[in-house]
Amino acid sequence: MSPRTNPHKVTADDNPLRDPRDRRLPRIAGPSGLVIFGVTGDLARKKLLPAVYDLTNRGLLPPGFGLTGFARRDWETQDFAQIVHDSVKKYARTPFREATWRQLAEGIRFVQGEFDDPEAFERLATTVHDLDVERGTGGNHAFYLSVPPSAFPIVCRQLAKSGLSKSREGSWRRVVIEKPFGHDLESARALNDVVSEVFEPDDVFRIDHYLGKETVQNLLVLRFANQMFEPIWNAHYVDHVQITMAEDIGIGGRAGYYDGIGAARDVIQNHLIQLLALTAMEEPVSFSPEDLRAEKIKVLSAVRVPRDLAKHTARGQYSAGWQGGEEVVGYLEEQGIPAESTTETFAAIRVDIDTRRWAGVPFYLRTGKRLGHRVTEIAVVFKRAPHLPFESTATQELGNNALVIRVQPDEGVTLRFGAKVPGTAMEVRDVTMDFGYGHAFTESSPEAYERLILDVLLGDPPLFPRHEEVELSWKILDPITKSWAAKGKPEPYRSGTWGPASAEAMMARDGRTWRAP
Amino acid sequence: MIIEMPSTTTNDVNKRLVKLRDEGGAVALGRVLTLVIDVGDHGVEAAIEAANFASREHPCRVIVIAPNNDRESNELDAQIRIGGDAGASEVIVLHPSGELRGHGDTLVIPLLLPDAPIVAWWPYEPPANPAADPIGRMAQRRITDSTECSQSLQTLQRLSTVYSPGDTDLAWTRITLWRGLLAAALDQPPYESVTRAVVAGNSTHPSVDLIAAWLAQELRCPVEIERQPDAPAITLVSLERKSGPIVLDRPDGKTAALRQPDQPEHRIALPIRQLSECLAEELRRLDADEVYADVLTKGLARL
Repeated sequence: MSPRTNPHKVTADDNPLRDPRDRRLPRIAGPSGLVIFGVTGDLARKKLLPAVYDLTNRGLLPPGFGLTGFARRDWETQDFAQIVHDSVKKYARTPFREATWRQLAEGIRFVQGEFDDPEAFERLATTVHDLDVERGTGGNHAFYLSVPPSAFPIVCRQLAKSGLSKSREGSWRRVVIEKPFGHDLESARALNDVVSEVFEPDDVFRIDHYLGKETVQNLLVLRFANQMFEPIWNAHYVDHVQITMAEDIGIGGRAGYYDGIGAARDVIQNHLIQLLALTAMEEPVSFSPEDLRAEKIKVLSAVRVPRDLAKHTARGQYSAGWQGGEEVVGYLEEQGIPAESTTETFAAIRVDIDTRRWAGVPFYLRTGKRLGHRVTEIAVVFKRAPHLPFESTATQELGNNALVIRVQPDEGVTLRFGAKVPGTAMEVRDVTMDFGYGHAFTESSPEAYERLILDVLLGDPPLFPRHEEVELSWKILDPITKSWAAKGKPEPYRSGTWGPASAEAMMARDGRTWRAP
Repeated sequence: MIIEMPSTTTNDVNKRLVKLRDEGGAVALGRVLTLVIDVGDHGVEAAIEAANFASREHPCRVIVIAPNNDRESNELDAQIRIGGDAGASEVIVLHPSGELRGHGDTLVIPLLLPDAPIVAWWPYEPPANPAADPIGRMAQRRITDSTECSQSLQTLQRLSTVYSPGDTDLAWTRITLWRGLLAAALDQPPYESVTRAVVAGNSTHPSVDLIAAWLAQELRCPVEIERQPDAPAITLVSLERKSGPIVLDRPDGKTAALRQPDQPEHRIALPIRQLSECLAEELRRLDADEVYADVLTKGLARL
C-alpha cells in the first residue's frame, strides 16, 4: 500500500522526476521553435535541416517543435516541407523514419519575403504566433541567420520592428549568427552594435561549428581531466605549437564572399584563434560559460603579434595545377575573381603569448585552400631531451616528441616519441601512438550542428564565443592584414602542395619546420 | 570471417587472436570493454547481433558462453568471428561441455582484455543472484533482461531482493525515452504536484511495473497500474494534477500522443526500443545506476 504522505512538490527549479543521479535522462529542449533565414542556402540544406531531423530522431526536441523557413523563393509551406524532406533523406546522419518525419513535418512553416519588406516580417510574426497556439511553442523562438553578414543589420532591424525580437515574461527570443563576425575590429563593433541593439548579449549565439566538434571538447578533457599532460603543458617542455587547418578544395562557388576576405579573416580570426585559446588557456575554475570565457579572454589578451610582420607571417594564392588527379584552375582564374585580386588563399602567422606559462613558445597558425589534403590539427611539439646518453649517431633519426590533436577528419590524438629500432645496434627512431575516436567510441557521434542547435534551444552557451573574444581576435589580426594590404600580391603556390615557399622560410628563420599533417 | 576451433583450449584461442591481429592489422587496443554474454540454453545469434550493433558505439570484445548439453566429454569448442561478422568487435563463442560447463569463469578469464571493464549480460534467464554468479562477480556491470524471462514479474521481484550496485535490467532501459518525455513535461509550467498517476500496459511486461515504481518513488503519489493482456509494452501514462492531467498515450506501440491542459495535442514518434539500442545505452555508463537501485528496491514496494 502507498504510504500516506504528501506528494513531492513540483516547482520551476525542482522537478522530482529529474534526479541529479539519473544520468540516463536525456536533456530535451523545452517548447520552442526555430526560424531559419536563408533556408535555400547550402548550409541550411546540408547541415541545419538534417541536424534538426537528427535531433528529432534522437528525441531531443520538444514534441511541439516549430520549424519555420524564411526565403525569397515563391514557395508554399508544402514546397518547403519537400525541400526539408529531400535534404533530410540525403544528408541526415540517423536513419529516415516515417513517424519521426511526420512529427517534424507537422511543425514546418514557410514565409516568403524579402528582407526589406516589413509586411513579410509581419507575416512571420503571425506565423510564429500561430505556432505558439497550434504547436504550443510557448513564445520561445530562435532566429538562425544563415545569410551573408551584410544582411544582418536589416534582418535584425526588421525583427525589432515587427516585435519578433521581444519576448514575453517567462519566454525567450534568441538569435544565432554565423561567422564572419565582421572583417576587422571596426566592422565587428558595428555589427555587434546592430545585434545588441535588438538582442541581449546572453541571447546572441555566435556559431563556430568547430567548437561543437567532439575533439575540441575533448581537448578540454584531455588537458584538465588527466594528470599526465598538464605538468608538461608549458614553456619548460613545449618548444612550439602548430595549429593547422588545411582544405583541399578551392573557393568553389563562394567567389563573392571570399574575394576581399581571404584566408586569414575567413579561418584564422575565428577557428584558429579559438583553438589557440583552448590550447593555451589556464584551467578554468569551472566549466560554466562565464569561467570558460574568462580564461579564453585572459589568454587572448596576452597574445602578441611579432614586430617584424614580413619575417613572421606568410601568405599565398593558389595557382593552377593538379590536385588529387584532377586539373584545377588558379585562384585568379576562378569564376567571379578579378584578375588582379590580392586576396590570400593561404595564410600563416606566428604569435607569442606573454604569460609565464608560454613565454618564449611561439604558436604558429596556418590555413589555406587547395593544400595537400583536408586536415585540422593542433600539434604541441616538445623540446628535445636536455641530455641524450646515446651516441649521436644513434639518435640521428629522433625528432621532437609531439602530441597531436586531430580535429578532422578521423578525430583523435596521436603521440609521437622515440623507440629503439630492433636489432643489435642502438638506433632510435620516431614512432606514433594513435588514438582514434572512431575506434574507442561511437561511430555515430553527433554532428557539430546538432550539438550547437540543441545548446541554443536549451540556452546553454559554453561553446559559443562572445563579443569580447571576437574583438580580441580582430585586435590580433588587424595589424597583420593591414601590413599585407600594403604589400601587393601574395606569393603564388601550386595547388595540391603545402603552400608558398615563404611559409617554409618563415619557419626556417626560427630554426623549425612545418609538420606534414 | 568465422574461424571454427573444435576441441581447443582458451590458450589456443588467445594465440589465434594475436595472430589474427598481426595478419589483419585489426586493432584491439581501441576496445573499451569486454562483454561476456551467457545465453544459457538459447541460441547465440540474436545476442551476437545486438552486441555487434552496440559495438559500433562501444568497440568491445564479445565472449559468448553457450554450453553444449548434448555431449558428455569435458571439452571446449570455440569459434572466433572478426571483420564483417563481428561489427566493430571481435566475437569469441565458447561451447563447453561436460564438467567444463560449471567453470565458465575460468574459460573467460584468459580471454579478458587487459585493464578494461567487464560487462556481463544474460539475454534470457538470469542466475538467482547475478552479483554472486561466478561471471557476475568479475563484472562491473551486470545486465539482466526480465522481459525475456518466462516469469517476468516474478524475476523482477526476485532481482529486487538481491540487488547489488552495478546491476541493471533492460526493462529499465526500455523506458528511458518515456521517462525523458514525462520529466520534460513536468519541467514546464504550471508547476503543480502530481496527485495521482496511472500506468497502463501489457500485463506481464516488467517495464510497466518499473515506470510505475519510478513514478511512485520520485513523486510519492498513489500510482495505479491497468494491466491489459495483449497490449504492446506500455500504452499510457497519466499524471494527474490540479489543472488537469498530462497524458502520454501510445496505443499502437509506434506513435505517442502527448496531451496537456491548454496545450495542443502533440504526436511523437516513440517506437518500442530495439534490443540493440538498449544494449548500447547500457554500455554507455559503467558505474552503478542509483536511480534504478531506488526504483527496484524501494519503488516497487510502494505500488
